[in-house]
Amino acid sequence: MRYIALGCALAAALVVQSPVAAEQSAPPAADPKTSVAADSTIAPIDRFDSGKLLATGGVSTVEGSGGGGIATWALITSYGSRDAIGANAHATYITLPDFELRSYGAAIGVFDRVELSFARQEFDTGNTGARLGLGKGFTFKQDVVGAKVRVLGDAIYEQDRWLPQISIGAQWKRNNQEAIVKAVGAKDNSGVDYYIAASKLFLDSSFLLNTTIRFTEANQMGLLGFGGNKNDGYHATFEGSLAALLSRNLAVGVELRTQNDHLQFAKQERWMDVFVAYFPTKNVSFTAAFVDLGTIALQQRQRGGYFSLQVGF
Amino acid sequence: MRRLVLLAALALAVPAQAATLYDDLGGEPVMRRVVEEATKNFLADKRIAVTFGETAIPRFKQLLFEQLCNVSGGPCTYTGRDMAKSHTALKITDAHFSALVEDLQDAMDKEKIAFTTQNRLLAILAPMRRDIVTR
Repeated sequence: MRYIALGCALAAALVVQSPVAAEQSAPPAADPKTSVAADSTIAPIDRFDSGKLLATGGVSTVEGSGGGGIATWALITSYGSRDAIGANAHATYITLPDFELRSYGAAIGVFDRVELSFARQEFDTGNTGARLGLGKGFTFKQDVVGAKVRVLGDAIYEQDRWLPQISIGAQWKRNNQEAIVKAVGAKDNSGVDYYIAASKLFLDSSFLLNTTIRFTEANQMGLLGFGGNKNDGYHATFEGSLAALLSRNLAVGVELRTQNDHLQFAKQERWMDVFVAYFPTKNVSFTAAFVDLGTIALQQRQRGGYFSLQVGF
Repeated sequence: MRRLVLLAALALAVPAQAATLYDDLGGEPVMRRVVEEATKNFLADKRIAVTFGETAIPRFKQLLFEQLCNVSGGPCTYTGRDMAKSHTALKITDAHFSALVEDLQDAMDKEKIAFTTQNRLLAILAPMRRDIVTR
C-alpha cells in the first residue's frame, strides 16, 4: 500500500511539472491570415480517445509495465493520446518444465507522458517445490508497482530524426517469502529497480527496436529476493527487443534480458524469447512466445510457452 | 580498384532502374483512388469530419494528391499552403492526426498497397505532425 501511495505521489508530481500542462494552458497564437475557420471546424478533445495507432501501446511485461513480454519499453502503455488517459489489464501465463509463472495486473497511461502499473506475480514451484524442500506447490508471490515517465522524443512520429523515445522508470517490488529468499542467500525481500529505456520505430523498414538499461539488485526479477551472498548491490542489466511489423495488427520479434548473478546457490542466466503479438483491435491483444529463462533455482533449461492477454483502451 | 569500378558502375546503374516510392505505391491511377477513398473516410470519420467543414473538397483532393505524389518521388509539385499555415486554425490534436493516418491506411489497404510500402509513405508523412498538431 505504501508503494502504491508513493507511486501515485510521484506520478502526481510529474504530471504537475509536465510540459503537457504548459502547452495546454498556452495555446499557440493563431495566424491572423489563416484563422478564418470558425470554432465549428475544431474537433473536440476526447479524454479517453484511444488516439494512438494500433499496436503502438505495446503489450504488458510480466512486471506490468508497457513493453514486450520480458523487456520494458520506452513507450507509455495504453492507447491514450497526449490529451487523454488510457488503461489496460493483463493476464500472463508462462509454463516451464519445472515451474509456472503467472502475472496479472493493470496499468494506466496519462497524457502519453506518465505510466503507472501494478502487477502481482506468482512463481509456482509445483512438484519441484517438494524436490527443493519447500513443499509441493510452494509459490513465491511478488507485487510490482511501476512508474514510467517519457522524458523526450517520440518513437512513432519523429521519423526524420535518429533520436529515440527515451523514458525513465522505477519498479517497487516486494516478495512475500522473506524467510525463504534470505535462506537462499538474498539480502532482502524487497527492492527498487530503476531503468532508462529507449524505443524507436523504424517505420520505413517496419520494425521497432527497444533497449533498456536496468539498475537492479533483484535475483530472477525479485522472485528470489534482492542482493546476495555472492554479489550484492545494484548492477546494470540489459533488456532489448526487436520486433518486425507484419501488418497493422501483427508483430513478431525477439527479446533478451540479462540478469544479476548474486546468489551462491544458483546461477542466474539470461532470459530470451521469440514472440508473436496479435492486435485484432485496440481493446484486446494476444501474445504468444517461446521463452528460454535458462537455469532457475538449479533447475536447468527452463524453456516453455508464454501466453498473454491484454484488454484495455 | 576493381571493386571501385564496380561501385561506380553500380552508382551509375541504380538511379536509372530504381523505382520511386511513388511507382511502388502504384503511380497516379492508384494514388488518385487512394486520395478519393481517404477523403471519403475523413469525411465519414466522426473524430475529424468537423475539421473539413470549410474545406473545398475537390481542391483538397487535388492538393492531397499533389503532396503524396511529391513526397513519394513522383513528378508533381505541391501547390498548396504549408502544413502549419493550413492547419493552425483547426487546432488538430494528436488523436485527430492518428485518426487521419488510420483513414489513409484504410484507403491504401483498399487499394491493396503492401503494408511495408504504406509504411515507407507514412514514414515521410509522420514528421508533419510537428506542424499539424498544435493543440
